[in-house]
Amino acid sequence: MTTPQPTSTAALDRIRETVAGNDVVLYMKGTRDMPQCGFSRNVAGVLNFIGVDYKDVNVLEDADIRQGIKDYSDWPTIPQLYVKGEFVGGCDIIIEMTLSGELDSLFAGKGIAFDSAAAAKIREANG
Amino acid sequence: MAMEARDIETLIRAAFPQARITITDLAGDGNHWAAEVIDESFRTMNRVQQQRAVYASLKGKMDGPHGELHALALTTKAPE
Repeated sequence: MTTPQPTSTAALDRIRETVAGNDVVLYMKGTRDMPQCGFSRNVAGVLNFIGVDYKDVNVLEDADIRQGIKDYSDWPTIPQLYVKGEFVGGCDIIIEMTLSGELDSLFAGKGIAFDSAAAAKIREANG
Repeated sequence: MAMEARDIETLIRAAFPQARITITDLAGDGNHWAAEVIDESFRTMNRVQQQRAVYASLKGKMDGPHGELHALALTTKAPE
C-alpha cells in the first residue's frame, strides 16, 4: 500500500502560480468539456452554463497536483474552485452558492464576468 | 473496503458530540453517502470552515489513494 508522498515544493509552487495567475481556476477530474467525475461535472457544468472564463486543471493527469492541491487548501476532495487566488469550495458548496445566489455576488464582487440571466435560470430550474 | 453509515457517524460524532447527524446512503454501494451535520459550533464558521472541520473528523477516509469513502455530499449548518 503506497503511503501518499509529502507534496513536493515544486508541485506547490506550480499550484501557487496557477492559482495566482488566473482569475478563476477549477481543479477537477477530467477537463471542462470531458469531466470524468460527477462532482467535477456539476461544477464545470455550472461555470460553463453561466459563461465564466476559467482555467481547468485535470488532476488525473498529474498525481503530484492531485495530492498537492489537497495539501495546499487542506481540503480532501476534488473538484476545488479558486477565484482570484482564494479557495471557494468543493462541489457541495459551489452548488449551494449557485442556488442561493452567493456565487453571483462573489463573481460580481471580484469583477468576474458571467451571465446572470443564465444563473437565474439555474435557480428557477431548481425551484 | 466500503464504509457503513455507523462508521461515518461514529467518526463525525467523535468530533461533534452534540451534533445532529444524518447519514444517507445515496447509491446503496457503501461508497456514495450524504451527511448532514447540524452543530452549534458552526454558528461562527463559514461553509468552508464547517466542511473542513467535518472532513478533518473523517481522518483521511476521503478520496485518498486508499480512501474508503469515495463520495460524501456534505451539508453543514448551525441549529435554526
